[in-house]
Amino acid sequence: MSEPVRFVSRGQVVTVAPDVPHTMTVLEYLRTRLRRTGSKEGCAEGDCGACTVVIAEAGADGRLQHRAVNACILFVHQLDGKALFTVADLAEGDKLHAVQQAMVEAHGSQCGFCTPGFVMSLFAYYKSHDRAEDSSLKDALAGNLCRCTGYRPILEAGQKMFDGGRNDRFAPQEAALLAQLAGLTRGRMLRHSTPDGDFLSPRTADELADTLASLPDGESWILAGGTDVGLWVTKQHRMPRSIVSLGRVAELQRIADHGESIEIGAGVTYTDAFAVIESLHPDFARMLRRLGSVQIRNSGTIGGNIANGSPIGDSMPALIALGATLKLQSKAGTRDMPLEAFFLAYRRTALQPGEFVRSVTVRKPGPDSRFAVYKLSKRFDQDISAVLAAFHVVLEGDTVQSARLAFGGMAGTPARAAKTEAALTGKRFVPAEIEPAAAALAADFTPMSDMRASAAYRLLAAQNLLRKFCLEVSTGEKISVEAAE
Amino acid sequence: MTSPHKTNVVHKPVKHDSAAKHVAGTARYIDDLPEPEGLLHVALYLSDRAHAKIRKIDLSAALAVPGVVAAITVDDVPGDADIAPVVRGEPMLADGVVEFHGQPVAAIAAVDLPTARRAARLVQVTYEDLPAILSIADAIEKQSFLLPPLGLKRGDAANAIARAPHRLQGELNIGGQDHFYLEGQASLAEPREDGDVILRCSTQHPSEVQKLVARVLGTSLNSVTVECRRMGGGFGGKETQAAQFACIAAVIAARTGRPAKLRLDRDEDMIATGKRHDFLSRYDVGFDDQGRILGYELTLAGRGGWAADLTGAVVDRAVFHADSSYWLPDVTITGLCCKTNTVSNTAFRGFGGPQGMATTEYVIDEIARYLSCDPLEIRLANLYGRDSNNVTPYFQTITDNILPALFDELLASSDYRRRRQEIDSFNAQSPHLKKGLALTPVKFGISFTTTFLNQAGALVLVYEDGSVQLNHGGTEMGQGVYIKVAQVVAETFGISLDHIRITATRTDKVPNTSATAASAGADLNGKAAEAAALQIRERLAVVAGAMLNADAGQVVFADDRVRAGGKSVPFADVAHKAWMERVSLAASGFYATPDIHFDRGSGRGRPFYYFAYGVAATEVLVDSFTGEYRFTRADLLHDCGSSLNPAIDMGQVEGGYLQGLGWLTMEELWWDDKGRLRTHAPSTYKIPTARDLPEDFRVHLVAGRANPANTVFRSKAVGEPPLMLGISAWLALKDAVAAAAGTQRVQLDAPATPERVLLAIAAAKQQAATISTDMAAAK
Repeated sequence: MSEPVRFVSRGQVVTVAPDVPHTMTVLEYLRTRLRRTGSKEGCAEGDCGACTVVIAEAGADGRLQHRAVNACILFVHQLDGKALFTVADLAEGDKLHAVQQAMVEAHGSQCGFCTPGFVMSLFAYYKSHDRAEDSSLKDALAGNLCRCTGYRPILEAGQKMFDGGRNDRFAPQEAALLAQLAGLTRGRMLRHSTPDGDFLSPRTADELADTLASLPDGESWILAGGTDVGLWVTKQHRMPRSIVSLGRVAELQRIADHGESIEIGAGVTYTDAFAVIESLHPDFARMLRRLGSVQIRNSGTIGGNIANGSPIGDSMPALIALGATLKLQSKAGTRDMPLEAFFLAYRRTALQPGEFVRSVTVRKPGPDSRFAVYKLSKRFDQDISAVLAAFHVVLEGDTVQSARLAFGGMAGTPARAAKTEAALTGKRFVPAEIEPAAAALAADFTPMSDMRASAAYRLLAAQNLLRKFCLEVSTGEKISVEAAE
Repeated sequence: MTSPHKTNVVHKPVKHDSAAKHVAGTARYIDDLPEPEGLLHVALYLSDRAHAKIRKIDLSAALAVPGVVAAITVDDVPGDADIAPVVRGEPMLADGVVEFHGQPVAAIAAVDLPTARRAARLVQVTYEDLPAILSIADAIEKQSFLLPPLGLKRGDAANAIARAPHRLQGELNIGGQDHFYLEGQASLAEPREDGDVILRCSTQHPSEVQKLVARVLGTSLNSVTVECRRMGGGFGGKETQAAQFACIAAVIAARTGRPAKLRLDRDEDMIATGKRHDFLSRYDVGFDDQGRILGYELTLAGRGGWAADLTGAVVDRAVFHADSSYWLPDVTITGLCCKTNTVSNTAFRGFGGPQGMATTEYVIDEIARYLSCDPLEIRLANLYGRDSNNVTPYFQTITDNILPALFDELLASSDYRRRRQEIDSFNAQSPHLKKGLALTPVKFGISFTTTFLNQAGALVLVYEDGSVQLNHGGTEMGQGVYIKVAQVVAETFGISLDHIRITATRTDKVPNTSATAASAGADLNGKAAEAAALQIRERLAVVAGAMLNADAGQVVFADDRVRAGGKSVPFADVAHKAWMERVSLAASGFYATPDIHFDRGSGRGRPFYYFAYGVAATEVLVDSFTGEYRFTRADLLHDCGSSLNPAIDMGQVEGGYLQGLGWLTMEELWWDDKGRLRTHAPSTYKIPTARDLPEDFRVHLVAGRANPANTVFRSKAVGEPPLMLGISAWLALKDAVAAAAGTQRVQLDAPATPERVLLAIAAAKQQAATISTDMAAAK
């Protein structure tokens, strides 16, 4: 029994046609089915932002929340129960929206191909800020590439768009839209069949476990934000028998403070996790601001980042350094394991068939903890790390009681530096005595050379990061090209 | 010199004609056009070998996929399959041999795009591997060249170097760059009656697409029409590179009788299309105690890739710009066109010029470090003079040099000398964070160096209601040539822009056009359109003179009216009257740049009509632990003559600078040892984001300096020159690396990624340590 998938567009409930494949992206749907060609494909992998659209739904506070996402790697059926805004929806006849008008006034477009994406990222910012602030505006635009303008006029538009206040034509309609969305809420799990396969969206962890148990192994995909899975469709042209979405599994969306530790549901997006991660450590949050882009963090989840087993997920080393543990669940029950034990080899994890990541629990660093995260990449924003280092030492005086040093980009999986940790433990953590530990890193890792960095750079930079961390702990001062600004 | 008369439309910061459509998403690109009935979607099979004989191509599995309608190889081309723009030898699809990893071998057409793409993955090709040349150094070693070298020679450089008080030799690698236009290559071909075909194509060169489509179809030019309303970016990447995909779509349309669309996805686009040439430069320079260059020998080896494409002209332009802005008394410059088994490199904003200029700016920097002085002083010591020391290595006398004034202006406005001192003292007290500062000039020659290309045509139509349609050979890729030329026509008729409808570039309106390239789009097409408008205006002046009882010579066109003797009539009334009186309201205009010539054999001539100038100072902060950096400030001063549109030109300057900065810093093309490009999407190839704009960004156009050359409204070309302002960012990094290493000379290849910065610091420190050890041992 297939149920229709519905979302709201231009104030109307739209029912997705039954023949739309379960792997069709929102962008392909807009362009080929609705023939709304304003949203563009620039990369089909969530890196350029030309396809950016805005999803609106009720936030935790019950108010309407607008978030920019990449339509090129979002599946249509993920829109179920949400409202969609595209670049074609903002103007009222010939009257441009304040965001659009500001872009025109500031000469913010040249070739115009990236412009619809910038307009939508600015629109999401406009709907969620009272005024523009330079750094957060640059954060908001980090997922949008422009090859023509050099960005200066676009940043100017981001300031100008608030000149007329924040009351656009959508503001008076928010209550009505919330009511409309409430009417689309499902009382039970979505089971939607298309000629090409099924889209399933369980509502509880138990339903999810039952669903996964009922599906033949290897023929279904577990879908969280889709920031990785989307590429299996757009780049690898794959088509699974069924897609099981985590987006509506209630338990997976929760964040719980257990006092000593914090438990984050695997389906919590990076955007929603930001505040709690900032409370764990500001350095972790600083790094998160550079993980992907706003669009990616609005879709991508911590659980997805863990479960896909990538060697370069940026939060993994930070979580490992903080001593995170995972809760895995299947129909057989739940089990816990240290995060670093989850990664077996390149892209191989401890997940069993029918099993999913339910949550990750992170211990809060204590007063004697010194913690830092360093992300090295060719480009500052929205780039996959060449090296990601997370250091956590517990000191008594200046002597190391325990050390957890975790790296991404240094091996086939996120990994701890056991020999280096041993070299530090019991020793004074001061620059004059850091060299044996820095040397031990060469015994811990034999990094590879690839398009992101050479082995030589990875090792030297990792050693230098340890030296830098030690110096920063000793002096209490951050050394950064950012901080010095 | 200022503009000769007051203007109403020209020189104003008018908005881009499509701005409102861009922001509303209603500006249409090729893939946005309504799809014609029966449209086929085309996908490509790309080779997975760098160099191999093709033993067999098996299309059966692809053809068996439901929905697949046709599959073609080079054998299915009805006409001549060679689509090379200049030198023959570039088949539309691989012909018997693949010469780079990612070369298109077969094309599959299906009823929808996902089907075509899935089927293309089922093509089976049997290869026999051949040895592959993958690096420039290997190509030089094996004497693997596409074309003979270009040499410029004046005096006896070798002798001058040998006799000079000081001498430096070295080698420099400068990486390539992907265009990363946001809209990938796309063409839509529709068959018409009589075997005709019309193509909508995202191209900078509709006439060449027309010519090559006619060639592959075995027909004449008059049966092929190519239209381009706009591109989602070009930057040179759609000058020759669009034709291959247009030709494939046209062959499929001709074969099936159905319309066919070929749009590359991002990865295919980056793998299969050419890029900026990477260069290996080898220099030998002799100079005096003041850093004045006495003798200079330079070899510039550009990677052409597997085929010639435009490489000859690109390497020529690198050679022409290896003087940068400096007087080189005894000089030998040689340009090599290296053949490798990699994608065939092509035009990219600057067209070799940036690589030539960057090399010599680097050499100047090395001279300064050797002499322990600020590179600024060496630049000033070598700068071309106004009245002497003003002849280029190709024997063109520079008559319009404004660089000394621009240096003065920017040194003052950027507060360079005070900041230089502050930075030196900052570096002295900051052990781990280091600042760098560099100020570099731009002098860029304007004109196609292939002289015959410097021509343009336009078609201006005035309707009897006074409205105007404008068409010309320039193509719009975001640079604003449409609005600039429209401003010229509006100014000429004295009407507002509202009365002018800009129309898509089409080969059936203006024939035999040159590519919109070499920064020359507005120069050439603006003059052609002005010429067309002037013809009509002369006719209208006669009509208006009769209406106003005045001499035609007294008639003035302004403010949408035509005036004479204190009376005026609306422009529309004059147009209507002209129609009633059987006066033609249409005209085609033509322009050919005067006074340019170059003799390749002797290396002498005047290849450039004039030069465009600029100066930039960029400051950077480097973390010597990691090589990470942030650009903290940039001051730009750029010369647009009397700018046709200061808002549009400002966009070119700002955007060009950041594109140049990206090229020399974070944008890295990385091939593996199989010749596979591994950076073929934005996940791995990083162009600048908004955060990479220097924190403090101060940009000005040079004021009050009209172009002494008789260009359209005394403006200057602006598309390419500002890209080279980005060289200052790279050399600022070199300055910071030297500070971090505590040494003078450092080797910093481009792109100067954080990795190269850190390893350059480490290498320079090690070298310094070795030297001091040697010195200790010597004692």
